[in-house]
Amino acid sequence: MPLITYRKALNDALAEELLRDENVVIVGEEVAEYNGAYKVTEGLWRRFGSRRVVDTPISEAGFIGLGIGASMLGIRPVIELMFWSFAYVAFDQIINNAGCIRYMSGGLIHLPLVIRGPANGGTNVGATHSHTPENFIANTPGLKVVCPATAYDAKGLMKAAIRDNDPVCVMENTLLYGECWDVPEEEYLIPLGVADIKRSGTDVALIAHGRAVLTALKAADILERQHRIHAEVIDLRSIRPLDEEAILNSIRKTHRAVLVDENRPFCAVSSQIATLIQERVFDELDAPVVRVCTLDAPAIYSPELEKRQLPTAERVVNKTLSIC
Amino acid sequence: MSSIPIEMPKLSDTMTEGTLLRWLKGEGDKVEVGDVLAEIETDKAVMEMEAFDEGVLEKILVPDGAKVPVGVQIAQLSGRVSAASRVARSAAAFHTLTTTSSPPAASPSPSSRSCMRVKASPLAKKIAAELKVDLSQLRGTGPGGRIVSRDVKAILAGSGSSAVSSSHPVLPRRIELSGMRRSIASRLLESKTQIPHFYLQLEVDATPLTRLRKQLSEDVQATSNANNNQKITVNDFVLLAVARAATSYPKINATFTGDAILQYETVHLAIAVAVEDGVVTPVIRNAQNLSLREISLAVRDLATRARGKKLRPEEYQGGTITVSNLGVYGIESFSAIINPPQAAILAVGAIVSKPVVTSEGQIIAGQRMSLSLSCDHRIIDGAAAAEFLTASRKFLEIPESLLFF
Amino acid sequence: MNKTSVTNKIQTEANRQDFSRVRTNAILTPDQKVGFLRAMMRIRRFEQTALKYYNQGYMGGFLHLYIGQEAVAVGALSLLSADDHIITAYRDHGHALAIGMDMNGCMAELFGKATGCSKGKGGSMHFFSPEKHYWGGHGVVGGQTPLGLGIAYALKYKKIRGAALCFLGDGAINQGTYHESLNLAGLWHLPVVYIIENNQYSMGTSVERSSTFRNCLAQRAEGYGIAWDTANGEDLYEVRAKTQEAIQRAHEDCRPTVLEVRTYRYYGHSVADANAKKYRPTEEIERYKNFHDPIRLWCKRLLDEAVITGKLIDQIDEEARCEVESAVQFASRSPAPKEAAIFEDVYYEVDHATQAGCSGTHFFR
Repeated sequence: MPLITYRKALNDALAEELLRDENVVIVGEEVAEYNGAYKVTEGLWRRFGSRRVVDTPISEAGFIGLGIGASMLGIRPVIELMFWSFAYVAFDQIINNAGCIRYMSGGLIHLPLVIRGPANGGTNVGATHSHTPENFIANTPGLKVVCPATAYDAKGLMKAAIRDNDPVCVMENTLLYGECWDVPEEEYLIPLGVADIKRSGTDVALIAHGRAVLTALKAADILERQHRIHAEVIDLRSIRPLDEEAILNSIRKTHRAVLVDENRPFCAVSSQIATLIQERVFDELDAPVVRVCTLDAPAIYSPELEKRQLPTAERVVNKTLSIC
Repeated sequence: MSSIPIEMPKLSDTMTEGTLLRWLKGEGDKVEVGDVLAEIETDKAVMEMEAFDEGVLEKILVPDGAKVPVGVQIAQLSGRVSAASRVARSAAAFHTLTTTSSPPAASPSPSSRSCMRVKASPLAKKIAAELKVDLSQLRGTGPGGRIVSRDVKAILAGSGSSAVSSSHPVLPRRIELSGMRRSIASRLLESKTQIPHFYLQLEVDATPLTRLRKQLSEDVQATSNANNNQKITVNDFVLLAVARAATSYPKINATFTGDAILQYETVHLAIAVAVEDGVVTPVIRNAQNLSLREISLAVRDLATRARGKKLRPEEYQGGTITVSNLGVYGIESFSAIINPPQAAILAVGAIVSKPVVTSEGQIIAGQRMSLSLSCDHRIIDGAAAAEFLTASRKFLEIPESLLFF
Repeated sequence: MNKTSVTNKIQTEANRQDFSRVRTNAILTPDQKVGFLRAMMRIRRFEQTALKYYNQGYMGGFLHLYIGQEAVAVGALSLLSADDHIITAYRDHGHALAIGMDMNGCMAELFGKATGCSKGKGGSMHFFSPEKHYWGGHGVVGGQTPLGLGIAYALKYKKIRGAALCFLGDGAINQGTYHESLNLAGLWHLPVVYIIENNQYSMGTSVERSSTFRNCLAQRAEGYGIAWDTANGEDLYEVRAKTQEAIQRAHEDCRPTVLEVRTYRYYGHSVADANAKKYRPTEEIERYKNFHDPIRLWCKRLLDEAVITGKLIDQIDEEARCEVESAVQFASRSPAPKEAAIFEDVYYEVDHATQAGCSGTHFFR
């Protein structure tokens, strides 16, 4: 099976869907002639032309709203945000239009659009460029959000997202774009709402999404080798819809949970997971549900400190030890 | 141990009787404080009746399904009167005390609302007290026959200043014809001698009005249904224009009480109708909200019934301004006498052809209609009256402003 | 015609161009002209009745009345072809009725019933009818401007010769999204027609206090290389004439237009607007109501053209009132949505019980 980068996996997914469905259009800043700020759309404009791959001015509210409007008539735009941090200037369009139009019309309209882009800290780009707003999207009924952690997941989820008839937000990660994973050549889709057990274990469940999954895997490794603790790592992959059963089954098996979340703690995705666990499998718990989140302040610039502000394998290990 | 009577409780402020749906305890059962004894259906809902005392339910006096007035005994408990019971009973008694006038500490007695009380709103009572009107002589038009403020005001507006100063009861009464003559004489004499009249006069360019009226009436020849197709008259336009202008300039829509001016938001338009041996002024209520068609129908109806002596008393009372039109008799202009206690009366003349000077200085044949406003200087001044009159003219000179609304 | 008297200084004939001769209007049949009157009266009576029942507590939330602006929606929408689309903001009942939505559904929506056009889920600001190419009904000022742009984009993408009419108010022109939309429309040559319904007040703030270069709101389009024009919203002929030019530009040249239509609303921004008579002089409101009412002026037009009779005017009014009352009856009798309906119409996939819709938890406790 070929080893390809996360970036290439996304590129392949986009190309395959552009080929498959006339209505799919890629829209965003620098997606066409520049080949993508992070090269995710590299080569697509040359191959598919200006009608299918469209460069926009710096105008997120404008072009995201345009994408939403177009999707009402059946276009399937895949809109790139150069950083999900830029989503906030378009938040009205995303939350109030993409999130609410179907409902307010009593189901007469559906909006088959995708908004994608990197959402991550850890690159020293400063406080306003380092947001991870999957929690805001997850809080909005009407929207869906997925956070692929590997190339394999990225490709499968992106294809499923594009074929989904509801608005799906895909949160990628600039630090993952260059990493490689095994990705089959044959076509495959990963349905939304299905988590993945990245590592099987018995003593504690490390539940994470996005790049935090890799952090959790590192921690699991340390826990195994140095502490003989067999940790299970659950990759949520899909935040909304959420694979609740996978989470609960893991707790039924391991009886302990450490949630690893690159967001800040208040009202993060992990807050929802925590309440889900304590409400539904309270009797299975041998310890309180604990979390390792990004330290609760705007993203610091200093490279030395930012890597410590994010969840680290070390903090995950210590937190796990505190409940084992 | 004592014998404690259990009565039908008053479970809502409007409850006068309850239906004992079913007993939940039987004779001989032990009863603790707080036990539900029965389910009772009130005028509003099904409620539970709790026991305030403990003991044994000795005797049930009414069967399931019985309708019982509040306060009537329905069962007997033999037991000890508990402290809670004393508190609950006095609370219940307090409640009943505030809602009826029955004596305290007793169970709520059947409602004995006084049949002699006059049902009138607080505002109506206040106005009546200020103006020395005897409420017991009034018929109320509010919900449930309640006397409301408009009933008091209507009496005043209709019957003149005598209601204000005299302490005689003011009754709406049917006026006989000979009485009409007497009434016209005395009232208008009083008006002319006691009201400081002043007069404003202007001419309306009636060309657009006659054109629009003709356009609206053009279909009448075509159809045979007389009922629905009466023509809209020039006077209908005038009445609506006056009503609309009066709402914009409410100083003219007022009456005088002797020591105050009552200004009205709605226009009750009195129209002078010539009848067999006199004139009556039936009132079109809320005229500003009517369409031309509705005013036309109202005028026709009131005029017909006025001539047939079939007007109800309230139909010629309560006017806030009067319009009198002698145009149909060919009168070009005239000044009318104010109907007290109104502030004004508008006299309308015929549309006549006469030479007029255009803005370019040309003399052409124009169509003019005279409007003459008589005003009570105690209520309104020249400038305010002029604003009303020019506004009326504007509506008439742009007559499409009176179409639809 | 009497040119001398003071009466005609406000009126149209003496001072303004007569748009009845323009081809778009010259080809109208008497029935069509009467139809416009009917359409405006239906809107007027619907809005008045909605107000009445709102005040009696049958409706919640906001109610933004279109009274006074009827000729704009009726005029513009009378020009739509099968491939044209429209979208507007929250003062949307007039557009809904003008495009042919069922009055029963509209009234039931206001009453919050399950039979409402949005199943009671949208309310006054959110009437939609995709089948009639009416895309809402939107609550955030200016939020619909990129949506209208997107509709135009889709039409162009699909090579459909259509126009997207996007209505907005004089307040929305200051929102960022409107400027972004104009830029994109001008840059990409999209067939969108932005119709600014300038009723001179955005909520409680007049145009003078809101906008720089206030004399003409449409002229800002020049900054984006977009054609623009203005029209008098009380003259249905003019609304049609100017809108037709814009639609033609969209169809034939695939270019956008900004059309500013001057109009007036008699009521406040919404019925909750307690200051409607404070931020506007009563005299101004009365002047518009009495002498600039589009329905009255259209009646006069039709009478002058001998295309209608007084009797027919009354009949149309009566029919409109009856239709509205019957809609109220329908709404009153209809049931409220069931509680389970709260979770319906959120996700297409869930509503259609597709594989995607059954995968994972979509709603949380």
